[in-house]
Amino acid sequence: MGIIRSENLTFEYIRRDEEGNVESINRAIDHVNIDVQKGDFVAILGHNGSGKSTLAKHINSILVPTEGTMWFKDMNTSDEDKLWDIRQSAGMVFQNPDNQIIATVVEEDVGFGPENLGVPTEDIWRRVEESLNAVGMMEYRTHSPNKLSGGQKQRVAIAGIMAMKPECIVLDEPTAMLDPNGRKEVIRTVKELNEKEKVTVILITHYMEEVISANKVFVMDEGKVVMEGTPKEIFSKVDMLKKYRLDVPQVTELAFELKRSGLSIPEGILSIKELVDAICKL
Amino acid sequence: MIRDITIGQYYPSNSILHKLDPRVKLVGTILYIVFLFFIQNYYGYIFAAVFLGLIITLSKVPVKFILRGLKAVLFLLLFMVAFNLFFTPGNEAFSFGFIRVTWEGIESAILMGLRLIFLLLGSSIMTFTTTPNQLTDGLEKLMGPLKKIKVPVHEISMMMSIALRFIPILMEETDKIMKAQMARGADFESGGLIKRAKSLIPLLVPLFVSAFRRANDLAMAMEARCYRGGEGRTKMKPLKYAGKDMLAYLILIMYVAGIIAINKYL
Repeated sequence: MGIIRSENLTFEYIRRDEEGNVESINRAIDHVNIDVQKGDFVAILGHNGSGKSTLAKHINSILVPTEGTMWFKDMNTSDEDKLWDIRQSAGMVFQNPDNQIIATVVEEDVGFGPENLGVPTEDIWRRVEESLNAVGMMEYRTHSPNKLSGGQKQRVAIAGIMAMKPECIVLDEPTAMLDPNGRKEVIRTVKELNEKEKVTVILITHYMEEVISANKVFVMDEGKVVMEGTPKEIFSKVDMLKKYRLDVPQVTELAFELKRSGLSIPEGILSIKELVDAICKL
Repeated sequence: MIRDITIGQYYPSNSILHKLDPRVKLVGTILYIVFLFFIQNYYGYIFAAVFLGLIITLSKVPVKFILRGLKAVLFLLLFMVAFNLFFTPGNEAFSFGFIRVTWEGIESAILMGLRLIFLLLGSSIMTFTTTPNQLTDGLEKLMGPLKKIKVPVHEISMMMSIALRFIPILMEETDKIMKAQMARGADFESGGLIKRAKSLIPLLVPLFVSAFRRANDLAMAMEARCYRGGEGRTKMKPLKYAGKDMLAYLILIMYVAGIIAINKYL
């Protein structure tokens, strides 16, 4: 039994007109079944409007399913009594770094979560220091968040979640608004947390390069999970990915094209090194 | 131009004033401002000026930086002074045509000007030496007793600190939208007052839309971090009075006593 499980999870955005009559129903998630093990690094891929963010918001019960159930650590996310337990141990990092930093000083922002949980003062300080160290932002502790780069702001946001001692972090397109350097910074941090602190990571993204760090990938399209597997398995199906309007990493695409034109290169090449090795073996 | 406003900004330093409890600074500022209006003679003003000078020296904030803050309200200041100068009845000092300046007018203009300058300097010293968060924490603690009559003290202070956090962000955004609209041919600079006000609409509408979107995001992020109002919340930096705060209160009491004594005996 995994830490996150869903069974026939369905969610509909219902639009109503002024009299409360249903105007339109938009099914964002359609009978999704997922099972994530503790300590996994899961990437959820999909182009815009595929329902991946909506799915992420179910994990810490910001949204509750219209049909079906979502379990986090065997707690039903629709159960209001468990709401705060779920939110404490399933932290969430959002897309826009500016809109999730609450305080005007980095360390105070990291302390915001533990403050809400009612952690005693000395403990808050210890947690803040630990989490700032974990994301490598210790030297910025007294800075104003406004003066940090996008990548640094996202790391502060991650530290803010880590200070609540979650078992799972859900990152909803954390790199969408960052430059390439900021993206690398954030992904490296997340990977480290997954390896060192054994936090389960759910990374929602549409950048394929980021998926390579994961050990499990879900591909979503029109509210359904359409592909599931390791990055290697997913990227060996270049044709299918293209059908779901996703771009494969350049190396993978090159390898795919080379293979198609007759070279015997294995499927699912993810890094330049792998491709070089494969070509050298020819 | 907006960036020139230094009033309400924090000036990082490690002076004794920076380390004081925000409650002391809040109470001190309020007392200082209130007692400015009780001063009845010039000795009182000298006393207030000396006190302010001392505080400014203690704060280690450069005087130039403080005075820059005054520049932003120069117009208001001149307006108040001019109003007092020209519209106070009394013995005529001199006149040009219909403008009549009286001795009483000159006196009250000087006093009003001084009072305003002291008031602005006094309150900006508080904001220079106190981070917005400390300030709202201080307010929350000071207004604590109001909770008994159902005033949402924690919520008010949370709103204030969020507003302070978003001022620079929204300012940047205004700048961005302004440039974007100017690139599309919007004209913010010419025309009369009404035309200019109208030209702000294409600036304000996107600004409001984005502010609402930000508010929505922020609310979600706060909920995701288990925010559920003030109840059961602990503080990372709880406010505690130390010896120096008591000393500061003592100095404040002495200042107030000084003003009263000057009014009475000089």
